[in-house]
Amino acid sequence: MTKKALETQDLAIGYRRRSTSDIVLARDLELELHRGKLVGLLGPNGVGKSTLLRTLAGMRKTLAGRVLLAGQDLAKLTPLAQARRLSIVLTQAPQPNLMNGYSLVALGRHPHSDWLGRLTAADHQAVAMALKAVGAEELADKPLAQLSDGQRQKLMIARALAQEAHVMLLDEPTAYLDLPRRVETMKLLKALARSAERAILVSTHDLDLALRSCDQLWLMSEDGIVTGAPEDLVLDGKLGKTFEAPGITFDTRFGTFISHRPRGPQVRVIGGGDQVRWMRRALERAGYRSSEEATLIEVGHHPNDGAGRWRLRMNSASSRHKTIQAVLEALESERP
Amino acid sequence: MSQLAGKPVHRNATDAIWASQSKAPAADKALGSEFAGARPLLLLLLMTLLGALLLLSLALGSASIPVDQVVGVLLYGEADQQAWTNIILKFRLPKTLTAMFAGMALGVSGLLMQTYFRNPLAEPFVLGVSSGASLGVALVVLTTGATGGALLAGLGLAGDLLLIIAAGLGAALTMSLVLFVAVRIQSSATLLLLGLMFGYLVAAMVSLLLYFALPERIQAYINWTFGSFSGVTIAQLPVLALIVLAGLLLSAALSKPLNALLLGEDYARSLGANLDRIRIGIVLATALLASAVTAFCGPIAFIGIAVPHLCRALLASADHRLLMPGSCLAGACAALCASLIAELPGNNLVLPLNVVTALMGAPVVMLVILRQAQGKL
Repeated sequence: MTKKALETQDLAIGYRRRSTSDIVLARDLELELHRGKLVGLLGPNGVGKSTLLRTLAGMRKTLAGRVLLAGQDLAKLTPLAQARRLSIVLTQAPQPNLMNGYSLVALGRHPHSDWLGRLTAADHQAVAMALKAVGAEELADKPLAQLSDGQRQKLMIARALAQEAHVMLLDEPTAYLDLPRRVETMKLLKALARSAERAILVSTHDLDLALRSCDQLWLMSEDGIVTGAPEDLVLDGKLGKTFEAPGITFDTRFGTFISHRPRGPQVRVIGGGDQVRWMRRALERAGYRSSEEATLIEVGHHPNDGAGRWRLRMNSASSRHKTIQAVLEALESERP
Repeated sequence: MSQLAGKPVHRNATDAIWASQSKAPAADKALGSEFAGARPLLLLLLMTLLGALLLLSLALGSASIPVDQVVGVLLYGEADQQAWTNIILKFRLPKTLTAMFAGMALGVSGLLMQTYFRNPLAEPFVLGVSSGASLGVALVVLTTGATGGALLAGLGLAGDLLLIIAAGLGAALTMSLVLFVAVRIQSSATLLLLGLMFGYLVAAMVSLLLYFALPERIQAYINWTFGSFSGVTIAQLPVLALIVLAGLLLSAALSKPLNALLLGEDYARSLGANLDRIRIGIVLATALLASAVTAFCGPIAFIGIAVPHLCRALLASADHRLLMPGSCLAGACAALCASLIAELPGNNLVLPLNVVTALMGAPVVMLVILRQAQGKL
């Protein structure tokens, strides 16, 4: 048995209503988080990801069942005891005035410091380690007001790390970040799960990133939560089913969602490599079906042709174009 | 410290290995120094300023007394002239100490309210303390018969005491009500709105009483709303001092959770703060501080809102372990300044206290709002 940092027993989550019956978002949940593992929580909007995270974090009462932190009932722990076992990072990084990166991360030592929050040498060491672990040492002296969303979120993760709790729950921490920052954050979380032996649960809408970085996925839909290795969930179709929507299908080959196949004229693209792959995508986007067999329309890739790398053959007429856009425009002008 | 039980820094081997990869920074950082850029030494400056203002407040007034004579009275109980000793011990000392305690209470309770409600415009009276006190005073001044007659003179000791009791009861009742709500309602925004609504409600009742009251009595009520540090006798002073000290101690104990609250309630809770206990602590401390001031000095405006802003700007810190003593000292300084200016030294004319605090405080609040709009604070 690995170390169960967090588990749920018959957990039901949702909202209590005084007059009507409770709104149950999910019930009979038996979930586990293990130290050293990064788990991604995926699911469509409004399915209750945040409610689940907030329930696991003790910020919301369970409707039924229990949440156990290292075997102890979360509901019976004091806020202080909870804080020593569980840390959180929320979507929006707060921006308090007159504080710098170091003081923000140092707040993570609150569960361990005395009544005045005085930091001992060991506390300072934990803060320095956390800053180093997320690669934010250079942000320590910067006022928070001067930092970007991504930098502040990085510091919030460092703060959660400095808290030295075995479980870390993150509610869409990358929602406001640009793509490189999102990749960086997920890589960081994966590395932290390993190096600091944290049990990390992160909710996200970045399917691709989650598939690449998480050890396990929790797929949340109205029918409940299914868990498993990302690859298994892709192959048995559960991932596709969770996000199914009209006009959107999951492409198990690439692990991405695509719009339904277009129904326009067929185009055959001849050649290989990046250029051709992106040409196929462009054609699909413009409503053409890419074909492997001979068709009326053909696009050839000739990288060394000075007059234009793309040769478009259509209705036995041939033309050369320098860019993908030019090809699309030429096709468009001939379309009835 | 790190050997204390229940304070593990590295729980197991893995944490320790991870820890060993990083060197420890310089230890023994002074209190609050991790809020870099802060200027904790300015607290000493504030202390010096407070000392100077205390002396000035004893020396200046309608008759000026040399500072060495003031020191003489304080140290040996007498000055060269018996009149000076009388003036200082009977009038200026109670007034000065009252101003000091009131200023401390207003500065600190303002800080509590601004941090708890995460609103730069929150002040000690947002929960309705002054409204409750004003209703108590209005009931006494505007409706009593025989005693009301004595009050009209506005000078009698019994009258002052009655006002203090009326205002104190009004404030205490209001704060009990707010506490009752605070124990049950978890949202700070709801609490703030309820406090404001309650204020409107009570203000309407006071207006109703004023509408049907005799003009002379209305004047007596308005005199109370001007605020004054001179109404407290040396015998009543210990009561004020004790309540204020209790409130200040409670506030000091809240410094750490208030720092956590800078990140919002969700994060504060996740850092181990017991929000229920903290909310009640904050409301209780504010109740003690603001009620004591209102009961003994009337509704003193602006000091409570302006002082915390001044302190944050002065100390360049959001750390409540600095802001608490800072607001305490700066509040006392502000109140003493206001009191000095209101007395118009060398003159028998005395300006209403609230006129002075607003004239001093409003520009500060304006400046802070403008600076915030420019993203400087």
